[in-house]
Amino acid sequence: MYAYTDFDHSFVRNRVAQFRAQVERRIDGSLTEDEFKPLRLMNGLYLQLHAYMLRVAIPYGTLNSAQMRQLAMIADRWDKGYGHFTTRQNIQFNWPLLGDVPDILDALADVEMHAIQTSGNTIRNVTADHFAGAAADEVADPRPVAELIRQWSTDHPEFQFLPRKFKVAVTGSPNDRAVTAAHDIGLRIVERNGAIGYQVLVGGGLGRTPMIGKVLADFLPQADLLPYLEAIVAVYNLLGRRDNKYKARIKITVHETGLEEIKRLVTAEFAARKPLFTGVDQAMLAAITAQFAPPAFDAGPATPVLAASAAYRAFVDTNVTAHRHPDYAIVTISLKAHGATPGDATADQMRVMADLAQSYAHDELRISHEQNVILPHVPRRHLPAIHAALSDAGLATANVGLISDIIACPGMDYCALATARSIPIAQEIATHFDALKLEHEIGPLKIKISGCINACGHHHVGHIGILGLDRAGVENYQITLGGDGTADAVIGERAGPGFGAHEVISAIERLVMAYLDLRTDTSETFLQTYRRTGLAPFKAALYPSEARSDAA
Amino acid sequence: MASVFTPKVVTANALFEGDVVYLAADGDWTRRLAEADLFTNEAAAALALLDAEARAHEVVGPYLADMTAGPQGPQPTHFREAFRTRGPSNYAHGKQETV
Repeated sequence: MYAYTDFDHSFVRNRVAQFRAQVERRIDGSLTEDEFKPLRLMNGLYLQLHAYMLRVAIPYGTLNSAQMRQLAMIADRWDKGYGHFTTRQNIQFNWPLLGDVPDILDALADVEMHAIQTSGNTIRNVTADHFAGAAADEVADPRPVAELIRQWSTDHPEFQFLPRKFKVAVTGSPNDRAVTAAHDIGLRIVERNGAIGYQVLVGGGLGRTPMIGKVLADFLPQADLLPYLEAIVAVYNLLGRRDNKYKARIKITVHETGLEEIKRLVTAEFAARKPLFTGVDQAMLAAITAQFAPPAFDAGPATPVLAASAAYRAFVDTNVTAHRHPDYAIVTISLKAHGATPGDATADQMRVMADLAQSYAHDELRISHEQNVILPHVPRRHLPAIHAALSDAGLATANVGLISDIIACPGMDYCALATARSIPIAQEIATHFDALKLEHEIGPLKIKISGCINACGHHHVGHIGILGLDRAGVENYQITLGGDGTADAVIGERAGPGFGAHEVISAIERLVMAYLDLRTDTSETFLQTYRRTGLAPFKAALYPSEARSDAA
Repeated sequence: MASVFTPKVVTANALFEGDVVYLAADGDWTRRLAEADLFTNEAAAALALLDAEARAHEVVGPYLADMTAGPQGPQPTHFREAFRTRGPSNYAHGKQETV
């Protein structure tokens, strides 16, 4: 893992001291809210529906046990004993007091964490594949590049006032687990003739105008990365629309300008900037990469196979993924216990996960964009002990990738922008299908819920997407079908008119029952069935009365 | 013909805690909607909002929220304002902890 340099330490401490003074000036009345708001946002502090919210970056989703324990400490001491892991690998504390936030930031700095650029019109926390460094299918670990981009983008003087926020994701694997196609810039590490380079996607994004990223460069040599990124962001910084917030993201710039023209502008800008990079970036990348060396894998003595419980077998089948080392496994800890809030962990649960990482798994944890926690390097012989400890902490739900492993944004339970609630819908779907005992029968199915058109819950790329809206003063939920966030990303199709809060669960049940009827056999997933049959049979299931009147 | 004015309260978030507050008849901020001053006159509501906006050292983002008069004081007409009187629905946090 990356360890802070003296420069990093003093930079983060200085920023905390600066923000402490800004908070004091806000409280003593020297700063108005209009003056203070951009300053607090630069440091991750929002004002939500019921309280302030602090969004803390977990760079590329990687943290160690000491950092996880510190998050637990913060949750206990300054919040309400829990934290919410988000779809961009951040953690949000929902109840901090304004005056406590500088102390929280100091506590984060103690463990080399911060909340810088987790909001505002800047380059945000760079996300990466949560299986980075552990996946069996990986070309290269994406985290060194993500760290390089973090250092380059943090406080970058040219990019502190972009037209709009800017999100970058990196995958080192052909199986894209980082939804790179839905980012302003998506980077895919590829290998060509033995050399490592990047496929660069630009102009992806969800929100009110969902778009899949377009390939700007098919193979960018490694040494060109930073000047090329700088060229893209510089072109966007000039062309991006500042007249209309809803047209300010780079996806609109690319769409309105045309990919070829963007390519021409970026190429010209790149030519001007490339000579300014003297190679120091590559020296830094090499030093960073050395810090991400894989742990010393040690499979240890083979342990006798004990008769396993059904719960353990289900857990291993569902939550354990193949590791690059044959005697190791990747364990996904579901933060989606049936009926719980997706992505929430209590301070006690955080400490249990930290202890497991430290005792059994090379002291590493990951946060996935799907709002789960991962132990990326687990010797297989420790799986039973880990499962037992997780069970005791209410963390052993065997549902990863299944219908109750739902992404949900905080929605109108917390968010000031939301138009409807997301969390109760997720809770009800999970408990409903758990009661039916159908979850494993249904198989892989991704439901993603957003509480407004900004799509933090990624509903556009859910196999079933749910979007909560305000229709004439009532919560209403629109359903999209067939979305996909993997390598060949697809935006889901809107199925038809929305449903009231009390109708959504039965609507989802009709969709699932239609799938079980339609699938050729149990090996055909919901998404595969949808792609084979198209929208029509699912639409008929969703709107049975319309289907009847059509037939009449 | 003048359109009918929907009664309103002045609401905001407290500067220190971020908690939802309402302007009471005595000019103080209250945490309870029941104690909020309900304005039935458009001009009086607009003036009260202007006053509230000048109290930036106490609250953040004051605005006028639609209400109806109920037996226990003002009542929200929209679900967002109803949620603001309670807190989130997934945990008993926020106002519902104490009220």
